[in-house]
Amino acid sequence: MSDTHAQSVAYVRETAIPASPAPANETGPIKWLRDNLFATWANALLTVAALYVIYLVLSSTLPWILGGIWTTSSLSECRDVLAGRVGACFSVLTERWSQLLFGFKYPPDLYWRPTLALILLFVAAAPVLFFDLPRKLLIITALYPFITYWLIWGGSVLVPIMALLGFVGAYVAYSRLVTQSFAIGFFGGIAAALVIWYLGGMITAALAPANPILTAVPSRDLGGFMLNLMLGVTCVSLSIPLGIALALGRQSSMPLIKAICVIFIEFIRGVPLITLLFVASVMLAYFFPPEANVDLFLRVVIMITMFSAAYIAEVIRGGLAALSKGQYEAADSLGLDYAQSMRLIILPQALKISIPGIVNIAVGLFKDTTLVSVISMFDLVGMIRGPILASTEWNGVYWELLGFAALLFFIVCYGISQYSQWLERRLATDHR
Amino acid sequence: MTILTDPPGGSFRVSMLLNDTRYRSMTLQVIAALLLALALAYLYGNLASNLREAGLKISFEFLSSPAGYDINQTMIDYNSQSSNVRAAVVGVLNTLLVAFLACVTATVFGVIAGVLRLSNNWLVRKLMSVYVEVFRNIPVLIWIIIIFTIMTAVMPSPSAFRGDDPASTMLFDLFAFTNRGVYVPGPYFTRGIGGEEGAALNWLLVIAVLVGSYFATRAVSARANDTQAKTGIRPKTFWLNLGIWILPVCAVCLIMGLSWDIPELRGFNFGGGLKIGGPLIALWFALSIYTGAFIAENVRAGIQAITKGQTEAASALGLRPGRVMSLVVLPQALRVIIPPLISQYLNITKNSSLAIAVGYADITATLGGITLNQTGRAIECVLLLMLFYLVISLLISAGMNVYNNAVRLKER
Repeated sequence: MSDTHAQSVAYVRETAIPASPAPANETGPIKWLRDNLFATWANALLTVAALYVIYLVLSSTLPWILGGIWTTSSLSECRDVLAGRVGACFSVLTERWSQLLFGFKYPPDLYWRPTLALILLFVAAAPVLFFDLPRKLLIITALYPFITYWLIWGGSVLVPIMALLGFVGAYVAYSRLVTQSFAIGFFGGIAAALVIWYLGGMITAALAPANPILTAVPSRDLGGFMLNLMLGVTCVSLSIPLGIALALGRQSSMPLIKAICVIFIEFIRGVPLITLLFVASVMLAYFFPPEANVDLFLRVVIMITMFSAAYIAEVIRGGLAALSKGQYEAADSLGLDYAQSMRLIILPQALKISIPGIVNIAVGLFKDTTLVSVISMFDLVGMIRGPILASTEWNGVYWELLGFAALLFFIVCYGISQYSQWLERRLATDHR
Repeated sequence: MTILTDPPGGSFRVSMLLNDTRYRSMTLQVIAALLLALALAYLYGNLASNLREAGLKISFEFLSSPAGYDINQTMIDYNSQSSNVRAAVVGVLNTLLVAFLACVTATVFGVIAGVLRLSNNWLVRKLMSVYVEVFRNIPVLIWIIIIFTIMTAVMPSPSAFRGDDPASTMLFDLFAFTNRGVYVPGPYFTRGIGGEEGAALNWLLVIAVLVGSYFATRAVSARANDTQAKTGIRPKTFWLNLGIWILPVCAVCLIMGLSWDIPELRGFNFGGGLKIGGPLIALWFALSIYTGAFIAENVRAGIQAITKGQTEAASALGLRPGRVMSLVVLPQALRVIIPPLISQYLNITKNSSLAIAVGYADITATLGGITLNQTGRAIECVLLLMLFYLVISLLISAGMNVYNNAVRLKER
């Protein structure tokens, strides 16, 4: 302004007052407490109520967990050791550990095989889950299903090798023929695979050794948490390609293809999984030729795969619909045919959008694998409700077992959902 | 565009079926139809030959034969001599009952948890995220079994209520929690209009009165809106509305002589009152808290989807915080919340089929469980079961579509 009033002011401070520390109420933990826990009366009441709930939960569970006993061999022994004290009887977990994980029929001296398969699963899944890892690791991922099949079921090594050869043959045929047209390459590949598998089936039947390196284990002997994991991993990985096909079919301009896909998807999504499992256990056998003798595990895999494929198709349809029309038009204007535009332009973007949704479906599906206990397969829940709780030693040990099952599922599902959130942040290329 | 020459007509070659866009889609569809027909024929052929071998024939005659088993929780008259189809109807009603109850409580849990997750209170916020994460990440079957175990293994047996110094007592002398189920006071009418058989008629009357009250309050608020539009002052309607809701129902209940049947210990078990079986409670409560966790996430997302500008604009117009919520934020948030909410209701209905794991007699347990096992009519039972769920799902989705069209942003 001006210095007109310079003389009229008695005193002007020429230096700034040094900053004084904030009042104790406005800094540090006290401020945090006031802002976050005791902002208003209602808030303070909520805090007290929440503290009381936490106290109730901890005071009832902590002594029970900390006073737990791990080394007895039956519930009555547990009660003797506890002598009226509060405490859990975790001995059931240590004593039935292998049954909980592998079921009660899998041969104990072969437990290393599923364990090794589980370790390999992490190696095989790593390059799919984390894009920074060297792409060469994908070779392990590609070989993983065949190795695991051989490890878990055992039997002749020729079976997985022939299956693998079929895929290799299909790939070779496809890459030769695709230069003419995608459709020719696609169907040529399928034909090549079918021929190799047919021949391979005859070779395997002729050459099957009487004493294979790995003893064969029938699939009705699988059980425990291993069964949940196997069903979850197999069905999710099989249902993704099927789901993509269904989603594309539903978007198709051909009325017949579209109708088939819509009816399939809406039918599967309209019925509960348990009815589909009933189909697998009591009905599906009628639809196979009598000599086929498809075992229950495979029937369940077929039905769960169809189930999750329908849901994944809807997620991917959402991704396809979220792409702007310009992407489709741009692909057309480049002169790409349908297969090329889908493979090179549309699907990479649509799948990226759909990843969080697909992971959600995968988590839900993994939780739903517990339903197979209803059709008397002995997965983790089936083992707990069946052989373990029915045994004389452990009749009445509910909370330890159910808590253990809940904890296992929580760890896996929470881990996957955290991964999904990380991936979502990682893939976010828009700058919002 | 005019320079483009038409493809030469009249010279049809077979390769054009695949290479010419005019014919290609038709060719592919014919191929698909052939493949589908082949697959269906193959499956049907297998089915027919398998059935012939097993000496079976698809027929629904078993539905009218006596079911031959008892159901412990029924909403209509049923005994073991009733037909299979009546058992299935009992199951349908039980499914609808548990689905309805679970939908109501799950919504309550979900809305409370979802709102509290956005609370200013750090502790409550964290507690609610723990609730959501724990319940979302553990299979609902395990929750059902856990709560069923609480109902059967932790609750006292009726004998614990006996004696001068009983180990357990009834809550307020009205509610008894036992391992055979929960007994609550049951309402009944002493001067009902239908006599003994017409109990349902009395309830219908009460519901009709409530519906009438609803329309009356609608009329009251419509008139209040009118007055507000004309004079700018909104008349107070709260007490009037409260009266409309409460007085007619009370009057009807008084006239018909509403009284309560209190459960009491008779011999070895409780008698009187309304018995809610352990399986029903386990299923109801487990489905509610499990789905409540999902609904909480939907509610939170819905409220967060409303941009802060909306709240600020409403405040700038001078609306009080309560009115900001009810007039600006909630109407917009509901548009985001309700579609996923309805698909959660669909999930509850489908998940209620897990009743079979705890022995609650829903449609899966009666038609798909005992009837199937006793008659061996696997194909017919499973098909009927699927048909029922399919109809329910389609009805709910149809309702959702109607709603979505009604609330869709009208773009002009």
